[in-house]
Amino acid sequence: MATGTAAPGRAQIRERHLRTDRWWLAPAVTVTILTGFIIYSTWRAFANADYFAEPYVSPFYSPCLAENCDSMPMSANAPLFGDWWRLSPALIILIFPLGFRLTCYYYRKAYYRGFWASPSACAVPEPRGKYSGETKFPLIMQNFHRYFLYFAVVVAGILTWDVIIAFRDEHGAWGHMGLGTVVLLANVLLIWAYTLSCHSCRHIVGGRLKHFSKHPMRYRYWQLVSRLNTRHMQLAWASLFSVALADLYVYFVASGVFDDPRFF
Amino acid sequence: MSYKANFRVWRGDVDSGELRDYTVEVNEGEVVLDIIHRLQATQAPDLAVRWNCKAGKCGSCSAEINGRPRLLCMTRMSTFSQEETITVTPMRTFPVIRDLVTDVSFNYAKARKVPSFTPPEGLKAGEYRMQQVDVERSQEFRKCIECYLCQNTCHVIRDFEDNKEAFSGPRYLMRIAELDMHPLDVADRQKAAQDEHGLGYCNITKCCTEVCPEHIKITDNALIPMKERVADRKYDPIVWLGDKIRRRK
Ligand code: SF4
Ligand code: SF4
Ligand code: FES
Ligand code: FES
Repeated sequence: MATGTAAPGRAQIRERHLRTDRWWLAPAVTVTILTGFIIYSTWRAFANADYFAEPYVSPFYSPCLAENCDSMPMSANAPLFGDWWRLSPALIILIFPLGFRLTCYYYRKAYYRGFWASPSACAVPEPRGKYSGETKFPLIMQNFHRYFLYFAVVVAGILTWDVIIAFRDEHGAWGHMGLGTVVLLANVLLIWAYTLSCHSCRHIVGGRLKHFSKHPMRYRYWQLVSRLNTRHMQLAWASLFSVALADLYVYFVASGVFDDPRFF
Repeated sequence: MSYKANFRVWRGDVDSGELRDYTVEVNEGEVVLDIIHRLQATQAPDLAVRWNCKAGKCGSCSAEINGRPRLLCMTRMSTFSQEETITVTPMRTFPVIRDLVTDVSFNYAKARKVPSFTPPEGLKAGEYRMQQVDVERSQEFRKCIECYLCQNTCHVIRDFEDNKEAFSGPRYLMRIAELDMHPLDVADRQKAAQDEHGLGYCNITKCCTEVCPEHIKITDNALIPMKERVADRKYDPIVWLGDKIRRRK
């Protein structure tokens, strides 16, 4: 039996949709950028090289949770995985930001539309006969997004530390600032803004309350996060670009493509 | 300044129908509903269309224009070029009655499934006291004009007739969120949202928000907060434990 807009009773219109605008543009851009990012980050995560150029650590490799990392003085490394881990240490830590973004309410919209065509655009029919949304495994797991948020806060804290130690020069003396410091700083600000503008964060700080009047402080936080939250999409993209650029910058400096320009 | 526009309007009923071409005059400042009315007055006296206020406030004139769910009375002709053909069809998620008129009773049935406002026991009407900050958040949802454009656009039921049984649609999930956020409502809305109204079917792709003529942030302010509240209740052992120990909401 025909389903969807062809279901019995509905207006029998032959065209699957009648949109005349460029509705395919947004999903196409999403797919292009996300695919590009996946290719880039896969290459960098497996590379296991050129991720440290004193005093800069690539955000893809911080913190290092295995023992096979380059020596990175003062970085927030914790070799929890010991020395049996032979692969790139980035693979361990990247699971957390990956999970955070994969279960993010905004990225979900982006990839459901872009990769799954579910739907590609509003009033453009889905190319499938059945749909259960986020009611079944595995998509029901999206409900665990908040746990990734908790990890993401820790990771953002560590990346903040990486910025702090980027104010030392290559001999470990404080009072340095190079272009790399600025790049890492910009990245960490965007990461924080993205992380704090999270819908789960908005819920946790105050959204879950029934009575704001009984919790004036949480109400304030909720208002702050709500304001950031309206920019969540923009922050999601901006921080995706910034994290890749920060890594690329460290790669360039570490592999000797150019020297880090120093301000002082 | 007036010009002749090309229109394609769906004409038909539940058994059959077709997109029919018309050439019709358009004057400055007009909206699509004006053109539909001119068609009725000049070339198609039997064309069926539902409307009331012509001010975007009654929610009657919902239809699809160039494939996009919109209010006929709030879509300005100036948003189209003079050359393009403008296609007008009825909403494609609900059963058609005739021409541009659909049977939206699905929505009334879903509305009835949401238990009404439930104040605490013993509190009589007239004794309600609440703080402005506590009611503010759900005021946004009360701007709804019940046009059902969001219901019509939502792919969960638009593309899958079978899901109509299990899914109440953005309009009524928003109603549930409104009640759940209400400072004096004591009914359990959270489990019902997931188990009886199908909140889990929503994949937050935001088409409801995109089409809402009242610009209500349905997804960000109602559906996602509701998903988070459901996660508290059903998918988060830590919150569940915390709520057992401490009871102040
Ligand atoms: S956000 Fe959810 S309710 Fe709104 S249209 Fe999309 S799937 Fe439907
Ligand atoms: S929420 Fe918006 S789109 Fe949905 S019925 Fe109300 S006014 Fe219409
Ligand atoms: S990070 Fe996007 S919603 Fe949580
Ligand atoms: S006629 Fe009332 S909303 Fe269009």
